[in-house]
Amino acid sequence: MKVHFTPALKRFVPNLDSIEVQGSTVADVIRNVETVYPGLTDYIIEENGALRKHVNIFINDTFIHDRKTLSDIVQDTDNVYIIQALSGG
Amino acid sequence: MSSNKNKKILLGTRKGLVVYEKLSSGWKFREDHFLGIPVSIVGIDSRNGHWWAMQDHGHWGCKLHRSEDEGKTWQEFEAPKYPEGEEIKDAVPATLKYLWDFATGGPDQNGRIYIGTEPGGLFVSDDNGKSFTLNRALWDRPERKEKWFGGGRDNPGIHSIVVDPNDNDHIYIAISCAGVFETRNGGKSWQPRNKGLRAEFLPDPNAEVGHDVHLLVGYQKDFNIMWQQNHCGIYRTTDGGANWTEVSQKDGPANFGFTIAVDQNNPDVAWVIPAKKDEYRVAYNLSLQVCRTDDGGKNWQSFTKGLPQQHCYDLVYRHALAIAGDTLAFGSTTGNLYISEDRGESWECLNTHLPAIYSCEFV
Repeated sequence: MKVHFTPALKRFVPNLDSIEVQGSTVADVIRNVETVYPGLTDYIIEENGALRKHVNIFINDTFIHDRKTLSDIVQDTDNVYIIQALSGG
Repeated sequence: MSSNKNKKILLGTRKGLVVYEKLSSGWKFREDHFLGIPVSIVGIDSRNGHWWAMQDHGHWGCKLHRSEDEGKTWQEFEAPKYPEGEEIKDAVPATLKYLWDFATGGPDQNGRIYIGTEPGGLFVSDDNGKSFTLNRALWDRPERKEKWFGGGRDNPGIHSIVVDPNDNDHIYIAISCAGVFETRNGGKSWQPRNKGLRAEFLPDPNAEVGHDVHLLVGYQKDFNIMWQQNHCGIYRTTDGGANWTEVSQKDGPANFGFTIAVDQNNPDVAWVIPAKKDEYRVAYNLSLQVCRTDDGGKNWQSFTKGLPQQHCYDLVYRHALAIAGDTLAFGSTTGNLYISEDRGESWECLNTHLPAIYSCEFV
């Protein structure tokens, strides 16, 4: 599947761009993204594996359901979007 | 003392790290770093001149950056992590919420740094921030899950780390809310040091643990003497925390607040910036004043020259008052920055348009 990132993350990972990765769950996707962009996971995931409170992940146009263990299933043809939630000020 | 020492002020603010510099024409804005990113506290390693910026991204978590060249370049380091399976309370996973204090080890402990965090973990690095270890002895204290709780933040947090300059193994930390703890063996064991404090918000105000210390500061030349601004007043110890004595100003402004500073040449002299508790959290009488004692807390003087005396809502957070000799600086939640070159007796406003200021440090 193809993984797309919010442009906001380019401030911290300047060479960040959409990438193709393998995996059958969102957790797999994140692990494989980390091998391409080391350190990026810390911006998205807490140390216990849960999605950060103000980060959203979509599979195509649907929010993932499992924010704790990222067990949502992904297909090879899916687009995964890692987006910052609207919050703060 | 080198001529460049204490000629800069580093501010941790809601929108980045702001630097002021003393020029021949006075204190001037110099630069900002990490624009838009909250910097919870700035740490200075006096052993090597490194600057540390602890960040609290709204979206991306807590981050840790170090500069070896006074801010010209920065390098990100992996922030401390709570080990898998740790809990704040039963069934509540412990994850890093906030980087709240920074301290260094002794001069002969090259690379040793400490970071205090919410939800209550003290992290130690011996490789200058490349890796961190949770101090188990403190985290594993049997009362932690039941008797530590959130005060200034949602969960308990370590905001004060005070390392004895004469004994690397002798360290105090303060937790809001739990109180003061001391180790004399480099963190292998910790003991509460809260006798004499009163926690008016607990069923037992004299409980051993559960106190809301807002800031703990030590007198560097003699660590028997420490001061603390507490939620329930101002306290001083002259026996290393074995006993605390309240030195608040009865019926006066020097009582509730967050910050406190001690004169490093005279342990009887301290400054506080009073606020109105509890549900108000604004400047005392809506006027900004700095209170100083010259006699160990027996008497307090209020200084207002140069500070707004009406319609003033400024709060000064615990790390937002700094001292360097006779010079003091503080920043407020409403983005005002003040400096005094005469031991707090008169003040000059340097800026009224800064973001909320979390920490203030001379370098």
